[in-house]
Amino acid sequence: MTGQLITLSLVAIWSAMAVYALAFIAFTIDLARRTAPASEDVVVRSAAADSALSYETMTEGSSSSGRGSTAVLERTAARVDGTLRSSKWTRIAMAFTVIAWILHVGGTVLRGLAAGRVPWANMFEFSLTATAIVVGVFLAVQFWQDLKFLGAYVVAFALLLLGLATVNFYVDVIPLPPALQSYWLVIHVFVASLGTGFFALGAGLSIAQLLQAGGSKRLKFLGTLPSAVTLENMAYRLIVVGFVFWTFTLIAGAIWAEHAWGRYWGWDTKEVWTFIIWVIFAGYIHARATRGWRGSRSASLAIIGFAAVIFNFTIVNLFFKGLHAYSGISM
Amino acid sequence: MASSRPSDHFDSPAPDKAINQPKLGVIGYLRFFWRQLTSMRTALFLLLLLAFAAVPGSLVPQVTSDPNGVIQYKAANPGLSKVLDFFQIFDTYSSIWFSAIYLLLFISLIGCVVPRTKHHLESLRTKPPKTPARLERLTGFTSTVAEPLEADEVQDAVASAHKLLKRSGYRTRLFTQSGPADGATAMSVSAERGYLRETGNLVFHGALVGILIAVGFGSGFSYTGQKVIVEGQSFTNVLGNYDSFNPGRFFSDSELVPYSIQLDKFTAKYEETNIKAYGQPIDYTADVTTDVPGGEGKSTQTIKVNSPLRIGGTDAYLLGNGYAPWITVRDGEGNVAFSQPVAFLPQDANLTSVGVVKVPDALPEQLGLQGFFYPTVCDTTVCTGALTSVHPDLLDPTLTLQVYTGNLGLDKGVPTSAFALNTDKLTEVAGTKAATPSLLLKVGDTVDLPNGLGSVTFDSVKRFISLDVHHDPTQLWVLGFAVLVLAGLLTGLFVPRRRVWVKAVETEDGVRFEYAGLARGEDPGLEAAIADIAKKHSQHLGLKLSR
Repeated sequence: MTGQLITLSLVAIWSAMAVYALAFIAFTIDLARRTAPASEDVVVRSAAADSALSYETMTEGSSSSGRGSTAVLERTAARVDGTLRSSKWTRIAMAFTVIAWILHVGGTVLRGLAAGRVPWANMFEFSLTATAIVVGVFLAVQFWQDLKFLGAYVVAFALLLLGLATVNFYVDVIPLPPALQSYWLVIHVFVASLGTGFFALGAGLSIAQLLQAGGSKRLKFLGTLPSAVTLENMAYRLIVVGFVFWTFTLIAGAIWAEHAWGRYWGWDTKEVWTFIIWVIFAGYIHARATRGWRGSRSASLAIIGFAAVIFNFTIVNLFFKGLHAYSGISM
Repeated sequence: MASSRPSDHFDSPAPDKAINQPKLGVIGYLRFFWRQLTSMRTALFLLLLLAFAAVPGSLVPQVTSDPNGVIQYKAANPGLSKVLDFFQIFDTYSSIWFSAIYLLLFISLIGCVVPRTKHHLESLRTKPPKTPARLERLTGFTSTVAEPLEADEVQDAVASAHKLLKRSGYRTRLFTQSGPADGATAMSVSAERGYLRETGNLVFHGALVGILIAVGFGSGFSYTGQKVIVEGQSFTNVLGNYDSFNPGRFFSDSELVPYSIQLDKFTAKYEETNIKAYGQPIDYTADVTTDVPGGEGKSTQTIKVNSPLRIGGTDAYLLGNGYAPWITVRDGEGNVAFSQPVAFLPQDANLTSVGVVKVPDALPEQLGLQGFFYPTVCDTTVCTGALTSVHPDLLDPTLTLQVYTGNLGLDKGVPTSAFALNTDKLTEVAGTKAATPSLLLKVGDTVDLPNGLGSVTFDSVKRFISLDVHHDPTQLWVLGFAVLVLAGLLTGLFVPRRRVWVKAVETEDGVRFEYAGLARGEDPGLEAAIADIAKKHSQHLGLKLSR
């Protein structure tokens, strides 16, 4: 029975990866086909552009308008036009992503059922869950903002990590060692991966922001993206959510460490890196309020922060000695 | 460079050597440095420096978390270790330079937070500001179509806006002021909300300071101790009973509550069905009987890995376990010189363990034994050379011992480790370097020692646990501040601070209502909030919003 569940889980994960690959292709075609509307030099803003901006662009003439974004009305129309041209491939890509995600979540749940516990007790399982959450967060934020242009980035990230997990991190279903037998495993690790999901999207938006600010003429799809300022504001809103989750992860981890190891903080390598990431993102939030640091500099910090998250998950897990040695992989 | 200048160029007079700047006295410089330190730019720099400075400590083993790793690292890299030692890299997180960074950061933080607290307390007592003359320049500006209204109708309408804003949690203030140019009067409501944002912000930063102070005090007054307890034995919480003890700076013996913990039984379960994880531990349970002086007498409790025992103001953690073979040694005269369980320290996942037996009472000479214990010794057909354990459970318990004679050096008054035997001045009588090979015993076996020195019996096997006893008086304080950090963060980041104005403007066509807002800090929802207020208020009045 357990063996069947494990096999089914792996089949679902491999299928998800195949469909993610299709989604990635579709997203890439979408980006390649996206071209800016006629006036390429126009900085396009979404209707929900941040308040400060529409305040700046507000003119006397638009003062009688119902909404502050009316001043950018014609540009918005141009943008709709630009979006329409790529919408077919976007829709295909999103459909593939949703299908892949359902398979992905299904495979992850089956793995949990096979193990009789939460599916994030070793590096392989954590990779499954974390990528499912990253894609889940990506799908969920579409209800809030149209961030489909991040699809290629998010799906590529999930695909790479899933590939690494199934090929290099795979371990069999084994029971939990006593130190992991705690409800904190459910809370601490799940919230950490939620935080990772938000940081991943924030970093994606920050990369887009840097590209946009760089003003490359060769990347035509940039013309269909929101302005650098809008990208920055969206990145900020996602990252602060990630930061709150990360803070919770630190605190929950400390409480668990006290229960399991007899001290709430001991500068274990994983603790150190979780702390470093927390400090980098704290720096990011402060940078947003520091003159000369808003814009590209703070975006770089967001990207460095997410790189540290990846480093913490891969390199620190595999090569650094410490108490968080739960990868299940013997080097 | 001169050649590239135009031919008609002539140099302007050289500038004064000194830059013309105001002279700063000592106070002036102090003020200058304080301003620099408490500026956001410095805080940001220190934050990033802190993140960077924490990295080396994760690359090199630390004395606090991995003392054996440090010893191994130093043995492997003697030259590099000297340099690293100079920079206190093995103690990164208590090093002078790391401490300097976070202390500066916290001074900067306090220097920033204190004036902000003062300012915030003032603003909490201040009423919302006067309505701006031109609302159309502000965020989310919306207005109704002008309608001819009577003066009392206008008054009622402003009152209803006032009520609406008040109900939505705004602090409000009514104004009547003359218009910008035409001298017509305008009634308006000025409203502000989200004071909790700054409160949360200040609580967050204050709680961080709280954590630092609590941790600092905690390290001074805390202590940790380790004790090995064999099944059937008990431990009393007094200083001399610990195997090792690390007190904080301000620790005194009198703090120890002399409670006792007796280990009744230790149970370890190992995986037996799943072949992929065969022999992996799945549960450790220690059944103990505790007795706290002045308490309600003895009580039985259990200690598990994730559920420590909270007793007498301390926490006792189950951090290790192993086997304690019961060994009886009869000396050359036939007397029982030693008979007790001896804790053997595990060396690997299958609990191959090493241990030492010291028999100072043996006659004619003192005896020292050291050797290995294998809970499940490998089959002789499989393992060649050195023996090893292949399973952590007691399937084929086997003991091998090397025997030494000579002065064990126990009567010199110098403390020696119970887990190590200094064999330099001892004579090996059984073992690899002696005529007699190492003794090999199964449970119940008795083996005679060479030269009529006596005999060794392996009576039985008991389990032992290694308890870590911690006392940290500020632990709950740290948790409390951590919760405040989280609460402060949530309110400081997600409560929007905003000002909103509703104004009745008299025009030639009648009275028009205007709505607008101002974000104070990050506030992406401001426009939607203004639109919502405008919609509710205009619908209530039956007025159309102009498009």
